[in-house]
Amino acid sequence: MSMTLEQSEQRKAWGFVAPALAWTLAFFVVPFLFMVAMSLWSRQSGAIVRAWNLDNYLAFFEKAALFKGLVNSLEITLIVTVLSVVLAYPLAWIIAERVPKRFQRMALIMAVLPFWTSYVVRSYSWLLVLSKNGVVNQTLMTVGLVGEPLELASNRTATVIGFTHFFVMLLTLTIYANLIQLSPNYRRAAADLGANAFETFWHVIVPLTLPGIMTGAFLTFVLCIGDYVTPQILGGNNELVLPQIIMLQLGRRADFPMAAALSIILMLAVTLAYVLCARWLKIERA
Amino acid sequence: MLRNVLISTASWVYATLIFGFIFLPVAVLVLFSFQDGRLPVPPFNGFSTQWYTAVFADRKLMAALLNSFVVALFSSLIACLLGFLAAYALARHKLPGSALQRGLLIAPMTVSYLIIALGLLTVLNAFGIPLSLSTVGIGHVVINLPLCFAIIYSSMGDHHVNIERAARDLGASDIKVMVLVTAPMLMPSILAAFFLSVTFSWDEFIIAFLLSRFDVTLPVEIWSLLRSGLNPKTNAIGSLVFQVSVAVLMLLEFTLFRKTGKS
Amino acid sequence: MTAAVSVQNATKTFGMFTALNDVSLDIEAGEFIVLLGPSGCGKTTLLSILGGFLSPTNGRISIGGREMTHVQPANRPTTTMFQDYALFPHMKLRDNVGFGLRMRGMAKAARDEKALGFLDLVGLRAAAEKKPHELSGGQRQRVALARALAVDPDVLLLDEPLGALDLKLRRQMQDELKAIQKRVGTTFVHVTHDQEEAMAIADRIVVMNQGRIEDIGAPADIYMRPRSLFSAGFMGEVNFIPGRVADVDPVSAQIETALGTMTLARSAFTAGAPFAGQAVTLCIRPEHFRRAGNGTAELVTLGSAQMTGQAFFGTHYRCHLRPQGAPDLSIIAHMPQSAHVSEGEAVTLAVHAGDVVVLPSATKDA
Repeated sequence: MSMTLEQSEQRKAWGFVAPALAWTLAFFVVPFLFMVAMSLWSRQSGAIVRAWNLDNYLAFFEKAALFKGLVNSLEITLIVTVLSVVLAYPLAWIIAERVPKRFQRMALIMAVLPFWTSYVVRSYSWLLVLSKNGVVNQTLMTVGLVGEPLELASNRTATVIGFTHFFVMLLTLTIYANLIQLSPNYRRAAADLGANAFETFWHVIVPLTLPGIMTGAFLTFVLCIGDYVTPQILGGNNELVLPQIIMLQLGRRADFPMAAALSIILMLAVTLAYVLCARWLKIERA
Repeated sequence: MLRNVLISTASWVYATLIFGFIFLPVAVLVLFSFQDGRLPVPPFNGFSTQWYTAVFADRKLMAALLNSFVVALFSSLIACLLGFLAAYALARHKLPGSALQRGLLIAPMTVSYLIIALGLLTVLNAFGIPLSLSTVGIGHVVINLPLCFAIIYSSMGDHHVNIERAARDLGASDIKVMVLVTAPMLMPSILAAFFLSVTFSWDEFIIAFLLSRFDVTLPVEIWSLLRSGLNPKTNAIGSLVFQVSVAVLMLLEFTLFRKTGKS
Repeated sequence: MTAAVSVQNATKTFGMFTALNDVSLDIEAGEFIVLLGPSGCGKTTLLSILGGFLSPTNGRISIGGREMTHVQPANRPTTTMFQDYALFPHMKLRDNVGFGLRMRGMAKAARDEKALGFLDLVGLRAAAEKKPHELSGGQRQRVALARALAVDPDVLLLDEPLGALDLKLRRQMQDELKAIQKRVGTTFVHVTHDQEEAMAIADRIVVMNQGRIEDIGAPADIYMRPRSLFSAGFMGEVNFIPGRVADVDPVSAQIETALGTMTLARSAFTAGAPFAGQAVTLCIRPEHFRRAGNGTAELVTLGSAQMTGQAFFGTHYRCHLRPQGAPDLSIIAHMPQSAHVSEGEAVTLAVHAGDVVVLPSATKDA
């Protein structure tokens, strides 16, 4: 009995999907499972001991320095997310509603142009602006507003500014994409029913763009909480975030099990955020 | 009328402020890359291209530039190829567990790069595989494959099914159908996936940092430059990358994507 | 080139749904066959099985005497013309038509020449350098035909190819299809749900319903002598009048209906010999009604009826009538243009005995 046409088609299809699945399994799923296992081992006197235990997770809750990392990460991420949405929404609205149609694409490209500096360089360039002898301090001193240079870099504020700069651009894109899809008839209908401009905006436009906002906010959350570069360059050494602490485990102490455990905790935080915004997140499919 | 003017004015003021915020660091970066002096901060001492000369003379930087290019190119090619094949299989055939397969292929998108890098690092260490540009490339395929798959998969509309059937009916093998019919029809989204992938790989730091050893990519090399603090040379290499990227972007915008419409 | 097609006991199930139910069909080489039926009747499934896009769950397919049941579409002597034309959007017409030849390894110069020849056949030689999006629907249609024919298939499968065209263009394309089929001699298997299209082009029509073949025959045969109630109803407007076989003799049968008792030749029973007591349905097309009193002997009278409504259709009046013998029955009859019809008028209905078809009444499972 020869194979039916459907069977031979299906066999070929397996052949086409296999490389991608194999790559994902070998270089994503297996490493991830390996890391989960690793997080349940421990490092004792310089060697990794393969004895299953929860010591790393317990240590996370017991050692204030580690737990504070998660708290800092969450605080900074939440501040950045809210601030970015608040700053990006009006800009997206202005581009979508006040800029003539044929200039919109150009305006959008301009709004995200600094994306095309290297990520590392982007944080560094904020250092030029915020450091003790940077642009802001020098300007303030020249004008005579301050006598002594302010401590603007190497703290949480600098990290937040660096992040917000990046995510305002990202959110402007996602929110604009959402605004532009709205039919102008919504606004006409609302006006027709007696709503003023503000009421229309608050009761009609904002709810309709909520999915776009939430998608952008979630993306911001995920990228922000997992980033090492920006806080490392701009944040100084006083308030370390979780990724910095993870990198510390890898570097000086070579404590892979602890780094793995902290990574799992970081992932759980992202998963939690996903669960909280899942109802607004639409992953588009064909 | 008055309200309209108010809204207009407020809009312009706001847009100017935000655009100022967005462009401030980039402007400072580019301006002080031409600084005639050792510090890329005010006052601006005068115009000089000495730091660009220094960048081009820096063999490590130039090597890193080339490495970045090679890694971005090859990892994006692999990611696009695997993503395309998987999208073709899952969009055109009924496979058992296809929802699960799609979920698995997309999954790396939701995980921080740091975690992906760390996972790979522990496995590579466990198997005693030395770190190299190849391992960086493997990591970059992991992060770009979901992207390429998602973009190409979502562009494989059902209206293409009969066109591919017609090609097979006329005697084309599966490979020929893909090369001669499917890929040309989906070229805009394949190119979009490819360029996005190149951009991500080019700019990626943490995976490149953790999975490379002697040969490093540009972000990692710039990272080590940062240890010397504020340095006009960092400005110069940063500005250079920015200017070239923008030039390429504009070129693509006005040639390739002009044709494919306002999408 | 051309070849005969044989389908033996083909069944196709998708999960719980039976798309094709034990279908057998023999098509002669060079025939123009139309598979006709409503959507979901299994005609497209049958075409896909012939084309090699689906394997039958049971049964066998052979083309030109060769076993084809599980052969890939590329290796079959068939080509398919798709409903949405399925032209390659990025290729010029010449390359579209030459694609199959290219796959067969023909050199560029030779295949270009042959492609131009086939574009000429469909009247589009001058547009060879254009791309599909520059063409109208009818033109794309022709290119699809040229492309399918360019590889000299033994059998051409056409999946509702005229469905997307407007009525006028569709009629024109039907004539062209028929003419081209005559010219190339290839066996055509054409799927449609439009019975007028089927009659216009087919050598033989295969009427399908719910995965089964209801009727096979030449267009006039199917229309005039349908072998199933479904077939009678699908081919055009028809009046169904319930009745009972009262008596049977060697040449005729007596049937009792609400409109009177009548004697019909046994040849009126297209679906099998009648027997006394059988519940039957009389099928009478609207255009077969005559006004009684024209003096022809073979006329069967159906009693008097009252005109309840009429509309002028150009070629005829379409009238609604309520028979006196059965007031809950509504009869549709066509009257000549010259007829003076008015509402409320009483008409005596009659029909040629030879125009009446008698079929067994639908049993409960039908």
